[in-house]
Amino acid sequence: MPELRNFTLNFGPQHPAAHGVLRMVLELDGEVVMRADPHIGLLHRATEKLAENKTWIQSVPYMDRLDYMSMMCNEHAYCMAIERLLNVEVPIRAQYIRVMFDEITRILNHLLWVGCHGLDVGAMTMVLYAFREREDLIDAYEAVSGARMHAAYYRPGGVYRDLPDRMAQYQESKWKSAAQIKPFNEVRSGSLLDFLDDFVSRFPKLLDEYETLLTDNRIWKQRLVNVGIVSPERALQRGFTGPMLRGSGIAWDLRKKQPYEVYDRMDFDIPVGVTGDSYDRYLVRMEEMRQSNRIVKQCIDWLRQNPGPVMSDNHKVAPPDREAMKSNMEELIHHFKLCTEGMHVPEGEVYSAVEHPKGEFGIYVISDGANKPYRLKIRPPGYVHLSAMDEMVRGHMLADVVTIIGSQDVVFGEIDR
Amino acid sequence: MSATLEALSQNLQKHLGDRVKSLKVALGEVTIEVDAADYLVVMQTLHDEPELCFEELIDLCGVDYSVYGNVQREGRRFAAVSQLLSISRNWRLRVRCFAPDDDFPSLPSVTSVWNSVNWFEREAFDLFGIVFPGHEDLRRILTDYGFIGHPFRKDFPISGYVEMRYDPEQQRVIYQPVTIEPREITPRIVREATYGNVDNA
Repeated sequence: MPELRNFTLNFGPQHPAAHGVLRMVLELDGEVVMRADPHIGLLHRATEKLAENKTWIQSVPYMDRLDYMSMMCNEHAYCMAIERLLNVEVPIRAQYIRVMFDEITRILNHLLWVGCHGLDVGAMTMVLYAFREREDLIDAYEAVSGARMHAAYYRPGGVYRDLPDRMAQYQESKWKSAAQIKPFNEVRSGSLLDFLDDFVSRFPKLLDEYETLLTDNRIWKQRLVNVGIVSPERALQRGFTGPMLRGSGIAWDLRKKQPYEVYDRMDFDIPVGVTGDSYDRYLVRMEEMRQSNRIVKQCIDWLRQNPGPVMSDNHKVAPPDREAMKSNMEELIHHFKLCTEGMHVPEGEVYSAVEHPKGEFGIYVISDGANKPYRLKIRPPGYVHLSAMDEMVRGHMLADVVTIIGSQDVVFGEIDR
Repeated sequence: MSATLEALSQNLQKHLGDRVKSLKVALGEVTIEVDAADYLVVMQTLHDEPELCFEELIDLCGVDYSVYGNVQREGRRFAAVSQLLSISRNWRLRVRCFAPDDDFPSLPSVTSVWNSVNWFEREAFDLFGIVFPGHEDLRRILTDYGFIGHPFRKDFPISGYVEMRYDPEQQRVIYQPVTIEPREITPRIVREATYGNVDNA
């Protein structure tokens, strides 16, 4: 009889289902995973160290590049930390804009997640539909910030500028005729809010379409149900947050429990799972998209009726507007000081957390009163979830590893930082 | 101080007593400092005691206090700072613990209390060189295989010591000393509290 021994397999870092640069050393007994050892850090850019050497405002774009699937939520936690240290009041309109874009970001993230998760597990079509809707939301990003992904739109003290009155139009080209671009330009004929209003009215029906593709799909359920079960006790012990925790049946959502900005004025529900398997996490995220859609709608209605400033008028923190700067000495000095030396944040430390699409995203900053952070610590939700990988995949088949990576919704920009 | 923070501070005093070396409430957050000798006991109490009930450890990070406030500081240098969260009580706490020895910073591991701390302690070891006795698998996590040094210490240059490139002669990737010049666009400045204050002039 030949000698039997366990087999060690390298999964990644160039595996398409590894969602980036995850290298995982799997110890296999036949096809059953005995141990998984994720090796991370292949995308480590030392964001925290870089932030210590940059002024406060210069690190905002770095935040976009952490979890590059939910850019504005990262900025949100960072800006909120600075605002709390400075004790700066954010104008109410800016708070609504932030909430609206947080929820747009959540839909963006979950759409990408459901598409790629489907792709990993074998549902090819899903990703095509998900990217069709992402296109509209990315256009909304572009309309406010000029960038389709890395927006740098939230700034300490508010948001960079107010919502635009018109959307960019498609131009006729040799690839797209006038007749083809007409329906695209029709929905883009009004302001950004009109465009988003149109989107939120369409989106619930599109979500129903997605569910007809996946929710009762036999193959989808065979791949997801009872795979990667996490009990509520283990989920707490492993520090899970966000959909991973809610999938295990614990109704914990920072937007409800520790509301920030204007979430306490929003009407929405928190979906909770029952068994804590991958399928429950899928259902939780699908329902979260519906709830986000509701929140976006409420924000649109409020923003239509309430114009106002979107940036703090404290010029020690936020730059004055260009017009005032060019006619007024005082404003010019403020602008010069802010853009050369940067703002000074009082000595102290703060931990600010937001309900990021993936879980609790936290920024812990220590300021010693300088124009740069003394220490910045990013608390990425995916890092904690991935650390539970070994526990979740043990005893599962090799093919289930892909399902579990997908259901954890990991992105290496934030895990490796 | 809000009622929740008041209750939390009282419960902390009640159950930890003089193990709490300092308790500070600022910006709506409670921070306690503990000695390294009490660290494990305190963390265990924070987790187990139903009146405190911190089920989740959200974050643990190393901090290097050596140049805090732009001056070289005396006294203990490395600390581990954890953020705790209680789901049932809906409150948060920050625990800071300084490592007694600067040359060989070491703190007991709390992996037995919260499993989620596993990778955070590995990270603090990797980036700051804080050792956690009791941790079962204290390997580097974020830096490269075979990396030398602890890059987040304040005396580690931001450009690092080595860079990597492909060498066409040897036909392989090699490490060599960094060739980039260190540069600082905006200097780091700490102003006195009254700076820019018009009333002061």
